[in-house]
Amino acid sequence: MTKSFLLAGFGGQGILFAAKQLANCAMTKGYNVSWLPSYGPEMRGGTCNCSVIISDEEIGSPIVTKPDILVVFNIQSFDKFEQSVKPYGTLFADSSLINKISWRDDLGGAYYVPATKLASDNDLAGGANVIMMGKIVAATKLFTREEFIENMVSHIPASKAKLIENNKRAFDLGYSFK
Amino acid sequence: MAKVLMKGNEAIAESAIRSGCLHYFGYPITPQTEIAEYMAKRMPKVGGLCLQAESEIAAINMIYGAASAGVRCMTSSSSPGISLKSEGVSYIVGSDLPCLILNVQRGGPGLGGIQPAQSDYYQATKALGHGDAHLVVLAPSSVQEMADMTGKAFDIGDKYRCPVMILADGALGQMMEPVELRDASAVTLPEKPWATCGHEGKRKKNIINSLYIDPKELEDVIRARFERYKLIEENEVAYEEYMTDDADVIVVAYGITARVCKSAITAARKKGVKAGMLRPITLWPYPKKALAALADKAKSFLVCELNMGQMVDDVKVAIDCRRPVEFFGRTGGMIPTPDEVTKAILKLGGAN
Amino acid sequence: MSVVFERPKSLSNVPLHYCPGCTHGIVHRLVAQVIDELGIEGKTIGIAPVGCSVFAYNYFECDMIEAAHGRAPAVATGVKRSLPDRVVFTYQGDGDLAAIGTAETVHVGARGENITIIFINNAIYGMTGGQMAPTTLLGQVTTTTPYGRKKEIQGNPIRVCEMLSTLDGTAYAERVSVDCVKNVNNAKKAIKKAFECQIAGKGLSIVEVLSTCPTNWGMSPTEALEWVRTDMMKQYPLGVYKDKTSDEEKEGI
Repeated sequence: MTKSFLLAGFGGQGILFAAKQLANCAMTKGYNVSWLPSYGPEMRGGTCNCSVIISDEEIGSPIVTKPDILVVFNIQSFDKFEQSVKPYGTLFADSSLINKISWRDDLGGAYYVPATKLASDNDLAGGANVIMMGKIVAATKLFTREEFIENMVSHIPASKAKLIENNKRAFDLGYSFK
Repeated sequence: MAKVLMKGNEAIAESAIRSGCLHYFGYPITPQTEIAEYMAKRMPKVGGLCLQAESEIAAINMIYGAASAGVRCMTSSSSPGISLKSEGVSYIVGSDLPCLILNVQRGGPGLGGIQPAQSDYYQATKALGHGDAHLVVLAPSSVQEMADMTGKAFDIGDKYRCPVMILADGALGQMMEPVELRDASAVTLPEKPWATCGHEGKRKKNIINSLYIDPKELEDVIRARFERYKLIEENEVAYEEYMTDDADVIVVAYGITARVCKSAITAARKKGVKAGMLRPITLWPYPKKALAALADKAKSFLVCELNMGQMVDDVKVAIDCRRPVEFFGRTGGMIPTPDEVTKAILKLGGAN
Repeated sequence: MSVVFERPKSLSNVPLHYCPGCTHGIVHRLVAQVIDELGIEGKTIGIAPVGCSVFAYNYFECDMIEAAHGRAPAVATGVKRSLPDRVVFTYQGDGDLAAIGTAETVHVGARGENITIIFINNAIYGMTGGQMAPTTLLGQVTTTTPYGRKKEIQGNPIRVCEMLSTLDGTAYAERVSVDCVKNVNNAKKAIKKAFECQIAGKGLSIVEVLSTCPTNWGMSPTEALEWVRTDMMKQYPLGVYKDKTSDEEKEGI
């Protein structure tokens, strides 16, 4: 099994963090993983995308150009990467920032989650990325809900209890989103 | 030791500390600034020093000083900053000092770009500084190798009294993979009786110097150094062979490119071309013997790099031009997809 | 209807890439206004640094050269000595000017080169993500001074205007700020005086501009402006540090 992810949006949306959660959880579960960010010309405000590969086998190139799973958080990323998803691949889009849907008829699944809106509606500013992770875990079943949350929490220091609660809430919002 | 997910840059920094390197001198430059930032956080916790110098030139001279004082030390930079270090590196070579220099390559020449490249191959393997000299050059291809080679670099440097370069690139530096780090307590630091650390009246004075006004003396010093280089060539060559046993087309690639090529080779085999890869792990000393042996059975070689073909001639010379050597590469910060490399392999394989 | 404000002609009609709250935008505009008012765009050559303003060559309408990190004053010397009737300015950050470029900076002051340096002092390395600069204050947290800048380890910050004014070839050195309207207007006067100093052939002119970096300071733009007033101005007092512009003798080359 090898699954390649491409997560994309603009800098500051927490894409790298979300991708790290994925990679960490996969590593804990015993998979080979790679995580590789690509920055726009400046470190802030520019475009940002991250390649994550999860595999039973040794990973070759860590750069994902044809993802099995595409996760996009802004329109520019949607436009740039929509066509790159492998046939039968899956698309996850933050519909609160992306007001279009994919016209491809060969995708295995397409999920439009208003993650940014859900975040602001539920006092979880900055949590759109974790909400999206909830939906991704629910839809792909790569991990169980418990596996993912346990792993995510293990990387947050106990001193930041509020952060743990918020992240759990955000994750579940996405996990249960229909 | 459990595995942790770490960036290549950070894995090198942590591994250096665990190898007994408590002195880091550097300067910010994309894409390796995390190393200085990691060191700035970690060094005070382990009683070490991270000092941000005023420039890369100052940093390499601080290394010259620390190495002369007999401590394990390290500097890191990226292409334009490495150019600045040329003079300092020549002084370090000429004074037979050990140290670790990390180059996280980016697009060049000039200010170039900030995306990964391998266009400093010539600079690293042929002439990082003026004069008759060689730099031991290690090329990791994964985060685990970034960590492992750091320890190796310090060992080689101390054993042969020479600077060692780890030639990485922006992708390896920024990439995260699971890595197992070495146990710090298992490291024994060798004695350095030649160091200028204060004779305390207990020994004859030491001099660290690269100036030899008498040309005959300078020639002797250089020849003695080259005797050590011969030992390095005999003992320290490292490489990895991947599916070469029955291969018709041998891909030669290092670093991040080798990762891309592995995927490409798997795809090429599915399309009926027997491809394999020799991945140099030491770029100097170069795996000449291994390549020469492969040239006995293989039909052609494909060199793949993130530059305009800087390693091609080394392969040709290693195999004595017995087989055709082709090149496929991208530069300026572009990284080829496995598909592009597969096409190049199929073209070469089909032509046979 | 009369025009009360417009983009200066020598400021290119392109969006700038700077962070919200960054004062580069203000200073670019002031330099461009001065170039317009003196009518010198056609004979001006600007030298852009390595730093957040590395793309300055896209933002000014005069001829522009990109220089290696810290070397702008040397590049400016090459241009000015070849074309003495041109107006040559460098636009540099604190790392460029006072870290890697210290020698080049000192020596244009020593030689009294007839060039103008616009020095953006924001006490941090912006472009590379917030590392310590030679002008970082004691106790200031940056990514390479995560526990605060310590005198015993990282030493003390450098006061550039004061240092350069000890050199005979420095004709005009003033430190200004762009934290409020009054100071912005004063900064523009200083920049104009600096260019006029060059045109009169008096020697090196430098305007040090206390600037903000909200992103890397971890502050909002307004908090950042306040920090300039409460902290930076204490270490770097505003004022004229050298002024030989009304001297009869031509000191410069």
